[in-house]
Amino acid sequence: MALDGQKTAYKYIGTTPNRPDGLDKVTGRARYGADISVPGMLHGAVVRSPHAHAKIVKIDATKALAMEGVKAVITRADFPEGLEGEDWDIQENCMAGEKALYDGHAVAAVAATSPLVARDAAKAIEVTYEILPHVTDVDEAMKEGAPVIREGAADFSVPEGLHPNVVRYFDSGRGDLDKGFAEADLIIERSFTTEAAHQGYIEPHACLGQMGADNRGELWVCTQGHWFMRRMSTAVLGIETTNIRVTPSEIGGGFGGKTTVFIEPLSLALSRKAGGKPVKMVMSRNEVLRATGPTASASMDVKMGMTKDGRITAAHGTFRMQGGAFAGAPVDVTTMLAFANYDIEHVHHIGYDVITNRPRQAAYRAPGAPMAAFATESVIDELCRELGLDPIDTRLKNAAKEGTRATFGPKYGPIGFMETLEAAKAHPNYSEPLGPNQGRGVASGYWMNWGGETSASVAISEDGSVTVSVGTPDIGGSRASMALMAAEAFGIPYENVRVNISDTGALGVNEPTHGSRATYASGLATIRAAEECIGKMCKRAADKWGIDPEAVVWEDGCAKPSGPNAGEFPPMTIAEIAGEMGGTGGPISGHYEDSPAGFSGSFGTHVVDVEVDPETGRTTILRYLVVQDAGKAIHPAYVEGQFQGGAAQGIGWALNEEYIYGEDGRLQNPVFLDYRVPVASDLPMIDTVIVEVPNPGHPYGVRGVGETGITPPLPAVANAVRDATGKRICKLPLRPSRVLAAIQGKEV
Amino acid sequence: MAELHLWSGLRALADGKEMVEIEGETVGQVLDGLVAAYPGLEPALKRGVSVAVDGQIVPNSRNHPVKPDSEIFLLQKLAGG
Repeated sequence: MALDGQKTAYKYIGTTPNRPDGLDKVTGRARYGADISVPGMLHGAVVRSPHAHAKIVKIDATKALAMEGVKAVITRADFPEGLEGEDWDIQENCMAGEKALYDGHAVAAVAATSPLVARDAAKAIEVTYEILPHVTDVDEAMKEGAPVIREGAADFSVPEGLHPNVVRYFDSGRGDLDKGFAEADLIIERSFTTEAAHQGYIEPHACLGQMGADNRGELWVCTQGHWFMRRMSTAVLGIETTNIRVTPSEIGGGFGGKTTVFIEPLSLALSRKAGGKPVKMVMSRNEVLRATGPTASASMDVKMGMTKDGRITAAHGTFRMQGGAFAGAPVDVTTMLAFANYDIEHVHHIGYDVITNRPRQAAYRAPGAPMAAFATESVIDELCRELGLDPIDTRLKNAAKEGTRATFGPKYGPIGFMETLEAAKAHPNYSEPLGPNQGRGVASGYWMNWGGETSASVAISEDGSVTVSVGTPDIGGSRASMALMAAEAFGIPYENVRVNISDTGALGVNEPTHGSRATYASGLATIRAAEECIGKMCKRAADKWGIDPEAVVWEDGCAKPSGPNAGEFPPMTIAEIAGEMGGTGGPISGHYEDSPAGFSGSFGTHVVDVEVDPETGRTTILRYLVVQDAGKAIHPAYVEGQFQGGAAQGIGWALNEEYIYGEDGRLQNPVFLDYRVPVASDLPMIDTVIVEVPNPGHPYGVRGVGETGITPPLPAVANAVRDATGKRICKLPLRPSRVLAAIQGKEV
Repeated sequence: MAELHLWSGLRALADGKEMVEIEGETVGQVLDGLVAAYPGLEPALKRGVSVAVDGQIVPNSRNHPVKPDSEIFLLQKLAGG
């Protein structure tokens, strides 16, 4: 593997120091979205549609505005007209126009002097609706005669003859399917469904917006990406981007769901209407579940062929996804990644993006990949069972490796899928004996990762300590990773580096902490900015010594003369150079900006053992193993945390989590008591193995690790339940009632 | 000239071709040349695509260099959670 110029021996990388923000977070000193308060602040509340689909006939705020303490009411009339494309979608989702498109859709908002008055005022706003027919199921929404959510929403890609609710269409593949299936000794075709699952972040959306009549202001907000907040909020309000400065709070989870706006433009619009008073808005859990983005639900048909010795000869998948009332279900990614783990000559994907009367979907950890993996990895499991093949050996036989032409087109560079399979096979969990009603499931997954717009700065302080400024909010320990990479680059202790998450006024545009990109992209920028600082410090030392800067090297936090003609000088430490910098040329800082293209995907393989109670259908996770390629683990404990977090969320999606809609189109379970995410007592300690196949596109070999981990659990758990019960269940979640019905031989 | 490969949903907009040869020294020049040759592809490119050059995905990088023997794939627009 060519790793020219890539560092391979480390002093700080690979260690596991405490995170620099840890003390703040365990003592309550860290400020989250709802912790921001300022004098004179008002509180906002939102009026939400109780109907899945309804024409908004009239909004009467007379009673609300007459209440003491009520300072402003806004409706869609307070927002500009004429937006197009995604900007219109975002505006329409933040505040309904002519129609309420789902249960929970915002139709008005109010600002008042207390949260209680705001809530009472919201209840006093009278909305007259004309209820329309609705549809919440993806397959139903595609049928002839289904209620039309919005005419003309389809783009150029949709073939003629499909229902208007089909808004995007995808078709990709290569080879000759007929030839491929003719080579197979066994062909299996199954249909699958997955339900919408919410990101389930602990911290609800919260913000504080202030904007005057001059359309200038500030926004403090819990978000994965404050430049996205700025761009989207200002687009919805029809004002210039730089009119609003956005400062991110700490964030209690996001998983993709905090990469878009919901209440933020409302707080700014309310503030403007209330004479510029700041307006704080905090969602309830009910609002989070009803009105922010879960991921899409899916309906899928997958057909695969295999030879007796385990070679996949052909694969075909049709994927239908609904992402709520707007285009954007991640079926585009699904049609790229469904079979991406494998070297398949004949492969074809078809995808349908369908709109329904549900909330607008938002990104959720590897968006589009887990659903596809459930279908494809379940079919592979069935093929292995029918042919009597070991599931890991079969995956090894077909695994993509360096040079394999991916099912989406280009050839892979260095990747670590084979290594994850080999490590999983060698792990003791894979040979642990199983008891009655117990079963083992294996599945693999992949996420491509991302680079994205990135801007970072590094500044040397007067005492030689270092400040790193990045624009990617710290969700999973990225401050620690940035500090480790800066410490490694400078050769100074980890404790001498402080990492700040800068606001939108301090750096160039940064994409959010999404796409598993923060440690890769902000880390790369941190290293490059540090190298700029090092170059400047070497020159300061060279100037002092009166030698050529080229004759100075940087080692272990010091500038040192190097080479036969450099002369004999004692090394200058970073503290010595920094202490003199005011008189040797001024402050020393470095900056780097890029949309780095050297990111590389991460493969993972999971092995899970379950026990299924034959009397109740309840599935218990006995042991769970995650093996994943991290390229190079900067802070191994936080890499393991990402693996475990992805697995836990995937287990929840597999076993319990689902959006349940009544016949009236209203969400039936908008609280955590009824929307059942796994808690600590539901899960064993999740075992991890970090595989390290370095990514040549990062100075230290980093691959993003945040998303791949949620992809294999859906099929791994389903395969284990199949192993335990003898029943293949093709619908998620595998709630006890569904599993029990399958055990009893009923149709599920 | 670089080889540019289209996903099957785009082929109908490019006279049914899976691969087209387009001149250009950067990704931007190749994409501009593609639209000039096949105007029907413009909506798809405007909706957003990712581009892989010789196995490397180069999002938002119209300036990324392209060699005469480069292999280019148009991919769906990427993001993440």
